[in-house]
Amino acid sequence: MNERNERIHGVACIFRKVPDVFHAAEKVRDAGWKNWDVHTPFPIHGMDQAMGLPRSPVPRLTLLGGVTGFITGCLLTWYMNSYDYPLIVGGKPYWSVIFPFPVIYECTILLAAFGTFFGQFIFNRLPRHNHPLFDLPNFARISDDTFMIVLEARDPQFHLDESRNFLQSLGGQEITVIRD
Amino acid sequence: MAHAHDSSSERPAILDKVRPAELPRSPLILNNRGFHWITDKVCGIVEEETPLWWKIMFGVALFVASFTFIGLGYLVATGTGTWGLRSPVGWGWAIVNFVFWVGIGHAGTLISAILCLLRQKWRTSINRAAEAMTIFAVCCAGLFPLFHVGRVWFGWWLLPLPNQNGIWVQFRSPLEWDVFAVSTYFTVSTLFWYMGMIPDLGVIRDRATTWWRKAFYSLLAMGWRGGNRQWSNFEMAYLLLAGLSTPLVLSVHTIVSFDFAVSNVPGWHTTIFPPYFVAGAIFSGFAMVLTLMLPLRAIYRLHDVINQYHIDNMCKIILATGTMVGYAYATEFFIAAYSGNAFEKFAFVNRAFGQYAWAYWIMVSCNVITPQLFWFKKVRENHSLVWIICLFVNVGMWFERFVITVTSLANDYLPSSWGYYSPTIVDIFTFFGTFGFFSVLFLLFVRFLPLLPMAELKMVAPQADPHAH
Repeated sequence: MNERNERIHGVACIFRKVPDVFHAAEKVRDAGWKNWDVHTPFPIHGMDQAMGLPRSPVPRLTLLGGVTGFITGCLLTWYMNSYDYPLIVGGKPYWSVIFPFPVIYECTILLAAFGTFFGQFIFNRLPRHNHPLFDLPNFARISDDTFMIVLEARDPQFHLDESRNFLQSLGGQEITVIRD
Repeated sequence: MAHAHDSSSERPAILDKVRPAELPRSPLILNNRGFHWITDKVCGIVEEETPLWWKIMFGVALFVASFTFIGLGYLVATGTGTWGLRSPVGWGWAIVNFVFWVGIGHAGTLISAILCLLRQKWRTSINRAAEAMTIFAVCCAGLFPLFHVGRVWFGWWLLPLPNQNGIWVQFRSPLEWDVFAVSTYFTVSTLFWYMGMIPDLGVIRDRATTWWRKAFYSLLAMGWRGGNRQWSNFEMAYLLLAGLSTPLVLSVHTIVSFDFAVSNVPGWHTTIFPPYFVAGAIFSGFAMVLTLMLPLRAIYRLHDVINQYHIDNMCKIILATGTMVGYAYATEFFIAAYSGNAFEKFAFVNRAFGQYAWAYWIMVSCNVITPQLFWFKKVRENHSLVWIICLFVNVGMWFERFVITVTSLANDYLPSSWGYYSPTIVDIFTFFGTFGFFSVLFLLFVRFLPLLPMAELKMVAPQADPHAH
């Protein structure tokens, strides 16, 4: 196999214990890496801080969905019961925010939930079924009981040999080069 | 673990003086099981050869479900008159069954959303199955109002869509609110359930050995890779969905109770209905969770992840909500007596001592008296007894809805129009069959999807603490 002719995605290494991968992540963060990730079978408490990740942007789409839902609910009920086909019920106003409030409320929650659900997919760039990581022979262990740090080649600091050595100095085992 | 976060610099000086007793927390996962054990256990359920009990149960469930299809088929071919509904009781088993099934669904959302917000870690062992129960229960519930409209092919008139009559739905009707509430509830519960399952589907995908299994679970797992950048968005989305589901579940049963409370019928027109319905829904739902989980725990030997602590907690919630429901029954009587309204007073005396007294006392004994046994540790530790008590609770909650619906309608303002309502065989077939329909869906879930949330179970294991010594 000719290493030079293939594009490299990054270098990966394995950790077996949560505290080990946690402290290794802190060191990668402190070394100023930008394009890297920690793959774990479950979310590790405090890992966002250990990686120096900013707050997730998902709530923005939740808010957008919720506001859209509220306005949709108001417009829907107003248009149908007051504008297009005004209904006279007990001499009450054609439209107020009170009587259709359950409907507006449910529309708000529905669209906020859609915003959250699709927000998760949008910000995670999913679905994506062809990622180079899936070609790793031991990827099934990463979703089971081991932890993996991946340093990606697109990071400006990336240099194949130095990055390998860096992972070794962190205590990572089974250092592997991932190809695109 | 108890010392994991102790650091001498932060420890207040007073603690050295008073020397508080160490209060050990009950472990959520017994026998110090590791991450790999959890993966093997949960994936094993999906990966093993289809067990014989499953095939038999599935056959039985399909047979029972066919009763619903016979009942509904006959109804569609003949008309709603085949149900036992006639003046003055225009709402019979259909609404009783609807509220019964929706109520069962609510415990799933309570476990997955409210207990998540309250950081109750014990929820992790049961939340996936409870959420599945929610969705399937709502499927069963939806059948009844849908077919109660009579001409089911016009069911879409319930939705705000333009039709050839040029008229729209009427948003002042609680029944229309129900359409929005229940459909939103179904949709959001499904999104929440599915999203929580994505990482676990990824695990099954990664372990898959046959191409069809790989293809099926790859499609469902959406390419999940378990990077912490993904987990960060995932956890935020999960928390937000929990936060959205909480007001949603409370609103759904509130709106279901509005179907009754907004009307002028004595016994229905009360402000206590929303909280009372929500408490009852949680009560019946937890009973159903235990009814389903106790046998599954025995079959799949899940004793290490669903242990006595989990069962104790659920029993205590049933005890608490059952007592709340009992308190609501008493309050209803008091308010009726205190109201000075002759019709209201009559409605309640009639419930307890009228022609449906038998149903009322079944309700009280199942819902108020039976769960009081959960005060005793011996009872909570006897799982066969717990299971039987939960069946009683399920029966009692069905009767609660029956009592509310039927007694008020059968004897309302005008004695000349009073009547006695009985269901027909078509009613009975349709309702009986929904248990099969529910079981078919639940068995498929057990067989093909991760029964327990692996990632969340691993999270609560002591080894998952990044600061452990």
